[in-house]
Amino acid sequence: MIEPVRGLRISVEINGERHEREVEVRRLLVHLIRDDLALTGTHVGCDTGNCGACTVIVDGVAVKSCMMLAVQADGSKIETVEGLAPNGELHPLQQAFSSFHALQCGYCTPGMLMSAKHLLDHNPEPTDGEIKRAIQGNICRCTGYVNIVEAIAAAAKGEIK
Amino acid sequence: MLLAEVQYARPSTLEDAVRLLGAHDGARVLAGGQTLTNVMKARAAAPDVLVDLNDLAELREVSSGAGLEIGAMLTLTELIRSSDVEAGRPILAEVASQIADVQVRNRGTIGGNICSNDPTNHLPPLMVALGATMTIRGADGGRMVDAGDFFLGVYMTAVRPGELLTRITIPAVGDARDGFASVTIGQDGTCIVNAAASVQDGQARIALGCVDAVPVLLTTAPDEAAVRQAVQSAGLDPPSDVHASAEYRRHLAEVVAVRALAEASS
Repeated sequence: MIEPVRGLRISVEINGERHEREVEVRRLLVHLIRDDLALTGTHVGCDTGNCGACTVIVDGVAVKSCMMLAVQADGSKIETVEGLAPNGELHPLQQAFSSFHALQCGYCTPGMLMSAKHLLDHNPEPTDGEIKRAIQGNICRCTGYVNIVEAIAAAAKGEIK
Repeated sequence: MLLAEVQYARPSTLEDAVRLLGAHDGARVLAGGQTLTNVMKARAAAPDVLVDLNDLAELREVSSGAGLEIGAMLTLTELIRSSDVEAGRPILAEVASQIADVQVRNRGTIGGNICSNDPTNHLPPLMVALGATMTIRGADGGRMVDAGDFFLGVYMTAVRPGELLTRITIPAVGDARDGFASVTIGQDGTCIVNAAASVQDGQARIALGCVDAVPVLLTTAPDEAAVRQAVQSAGLDPPSDVHASAEYRRHLAEVVAVRALAEASS
């Protein structure tokens, strides 16, 4: 029989590295990632679940980390944008975003990349329509999305300049 | 954003979940969190205790027999991918795939969409049109409520404090044909008006969403003229907001009702 608590000691594996932290229940996953673990690649955009800048992959599933409590991630494996280039060598998606000018200010890019990775993990040969639906939860105010879709398509096909 | 202080429990049995909900005033179910987290950020709700249902595997099961039995904690993504749903009542997957975006569907649950009963949600009108039955569990055991009696008001359902929705039962498709239509703010965005239709035995059940606090059910002959007449005669008094005036919503209600019927008839 369990009783409610205000905080928990949790353990998460982020980009292959295990972290243990004591967190308050009210702490959002995005703040655990950014503030407690100093992985500031994951961004907070709208903080209302609309923009997708905080998208990370939890146990193989893309989620908006501003709509999940850190305590709910206990025991999970999390991928953030930092995990795309562990040795400093750009992930094919990152290279494609660079080559295709798929970003301008870059604020949405970490979330956009994680949504794109989630898509390609599950669907390695997406159509343009599938790419557009996959990034529907990620808002970009600079590019108009055309170059983002082209970059993801190129990364999927391995056609990166 | 920093949430207000809140306590948390993640029970591993349904009995424990019910006990926790009953033992704490201000306890609230945390399902997918895709609405509740934001409501808490906005301080529009301030639960004292969150009872997280994510460890209750029994609420994630889907089975098909006489009808389709869907656990309330099934995520929308799981609903879309379910072979039982595809075989049993594919309209559920079709509509679920129109809700928000990939990330929200990955966490958001069928029970959450139903129980939040935001008048712009997709699933409440669909549940009413399909004649779904909701199983509610509380300290006194379980009870079943027809979808038509389940939605009580804006954000209000028949689930009382200390209770939770555990299962949604959808009648077997039989020779029923279903449809859904909406006008949204952007592709797959928030609904301005929506309608679900189910046609069976020469009768159309059409449930309109976004035009009242709860879905409005119309039962008519399954032809366009009858549906138009039914919507016009329904005495709809929809809300006006930045997206649509009451008059325009009334117009759209007729449009989407006819489109939902057309999909069900095709």
